[in-house]
Amino acid sequence: MAESYRRSRWSNALFVAPYLVVFFALLVFPLFWGMWLSLNKVDLFGGGQFIGLRNYARVLSDPVFHQAVRNTVVFVAVSVPTLVGLGLFLALALNKTTRGSSFLRGLYFSSSILSVTIVTLIWRIVFIPNDGLMALIFNVLGLEPIGFLSTKGWSLFSVGVATVWWCIGLPMMLLLAALQQIPADLYEAAALDNAGKWRVLTRITLPSIKPTIMLVAVIQIVMQFQLFGQALIMTNGGPAGSSRPIVMYIYETAFIRWDVGMGAAASELLFVIILCAAMFQYWISSRKEVA
Amino acid sequence: MSAPIEIANITKRYGALTVLEDITLHIEPGEFVVFLGPSGCGKSTLLRMIAGLEAVDGGTISLGGERIDTLPPGKRGVAMVFQSYALYPHMTVAQNMGFGLENLKTPKNEIARRVQSAAETLEIAHLLDRKPAKLSGGQRQRVAIGRAIVKEPQAFLFDEPLSNLDAALRGRTRLELAQLHQRLGATMIFVTHDQVEAMTLADRIVILNDRRIEQMGAPMEIYQRPATKFVAQFVGSPAMCFLPVTGMTDAAQGVTLDVEGAGKIEIDVRLPAGFRRDGASVGIRAEDAKVLDRGQPGIAVGVKVVERLGDRAFIYGTLDNGTEFVVEDSGRSTVASGDVIQIGFDPNALHIFDGDGRAYHHSEEA
Repeated sequence: MAESYRRSRWSNALFVAPYLVVFFALLVFPLFWGMWLSLNKVDLFGGGQFIGLRNYARVLSDPVFHQAVRNTVVFVAVSVPTLVGLGLFLALALNKTTRGSSFLRGLYFSSSILSVTIVTLIWRIVFIPNDGLMALIFNVLGLEPIGFLSTKGWSLFSVGVATVWWCIGLPMMLLLAALQQIPADLYEAAALDNAGKWRVLTRITLPSIKPTIMLVAVIQIVMQFQLFGQALIMTNGGPAGSSRPIVMYIYETAFIRWDVGMGAAASELLFVIILCAAMFQYWISSRKEVA
Repeated sequence: MSAPIEIANITKRYGALTVLEDITLHIEPGEFVVFLGPSGCGKSTLLRMIAGLEAVDGGTISLGGERIDTLPPGKRGVAMVFQSYALYPHMTVAQNMGFGLENLKTPKNEIARRVQSAAETLEIAHLLDRKPAKLSGGQRQRVAIGRAIVKEPQAFLFDEPLSNLDAALRGRTRLELAQLHQRLGATMIFVTHDQVEAMTLADRIVILNDRRIEQMGAPMEIYQRPATKFVAQFVGSPAMCFLPVTGMTDAAQGVTLDVEGAGKIEIDVRLPAGFRRDGASVGIRAEDAKVLDRGQPGIAVGVKVVERLGDRAFIYGTLDNGTEFVVEDSGRSTVASGDVIQIGFDPNALHIFDGDGRAYHHSEEA
């Protein structure tokens, strides 16, 4: 009887087949097809022609792509620490079992369930010149209004504010879950050990949730490198491409200029950038662990 | 370093539920006191109130003459060993032990000296660079005790510290704790529900039940002269057997009791005028009863189970009227389940309980 459980049979594969079919059709196949496309000259209507690495050469020598990479890196460098820091702050502040904190947890998380169109609509209303909330505030204070969505520098900043507002729920929830895993008696031991609030935070709380902080950082790096919808709807990459992220460059190349091969090449480059960034983050965190 | 602890009229409530009511207790400097009681009797709560981890709803706690119940936990001069040890997982053993002193801004070389000396005492000096995850349960236990020792507290508090160890290790650690107490001479309070720990470690046992102190006294005093039926039942293994008393007449010396299932028994005991007769009973421990040789007159017991422990055997059975009874016999006992045996006992070994559960014992032992 026990033997029949252990024996491997091909019919057992039927049980995992539904998952495998979906996995290969929707993940593995597109991944490799994308790599293949990037080595071909393809437009959306005609067949392909193998051209080796020439698409990559074109992308890497395109100043618009350089600008998009710069924009995206700046965006990630500012938004990810903000999301992690603010998420940590909210999680620490709301790590209580009062009714008020449960309500606020729900409130902060609620923005995450909105679609990008709603989010950008809300923030357009805030940032739009003349009738926008910020414009009204500036008027009341008697200050010169800033064209948040149409000024170089401010446009990317505005996209960042909307993004942090939209994405803060997940980091907060993950960090809250981690905080609640810390056994209460560690804090009691620390209280008997005369540890002040700051010492408890830096020596007990933060080390205990360090793996989750790293996880949140990696998730956010991967997500924020793929910035697209907010930039497209709020600023359309403007002014003068100063808020165009890499994904928007890919979109314009492949679906507006119909140069699918070049778009695929840019996608592969983004894939490599994200992979490197996440690996680097992971390497930094695991290296300190050993030391 | 040891100081007396004075607990005066302590009360603890959780909302409408009162957990401890009007507890008063004096602990001598250097005394080893064990709080013993069933789950939920408030013994851990009382310990945590001394440590400052639970608020006090009434009464005061003093340590070495200074009132401490208004101070934060770290300023009370006590150290606590937790049931789960509560070691900081990301710190090494040395850091775990030194953390409290670091917070007090103790000079680094002084911390190192105290950690080293405590580690040597506890034979964990070779583990100082390890993290808790790399230690066995027994080693973690020692680190937790070491963390308490380096603080040189006026009193040590132990919250069921042995309950996560296996039986063999628990026995050894118990012995080591007793030695540690002798060496440090510190005031120690130890919470447990294990009566063997209580009996072996304590200078004095405090039995808590139903919000109050049921009895306090030296271990043997509690075992031999339990103050109430609850204590008699709770302390001792196997538990004391109880036989209902149906009638009572004064005898020349003491009283003659009509014991259900055992007939008339005369005991040399002085009972007060206020003795409540309805619901009264007598209790006897297994080791105070003995199996009589065949043919000797005694009380018949139908044997159900014989528990052989090697050096002795416990015979579990029932009297004619169905009352359960346990009697101890030698390890070589030939009694088997299904037998009917005759048992006997010295009437003066009996404990008498009135209807309110108060206990009375043979006069000579008083």
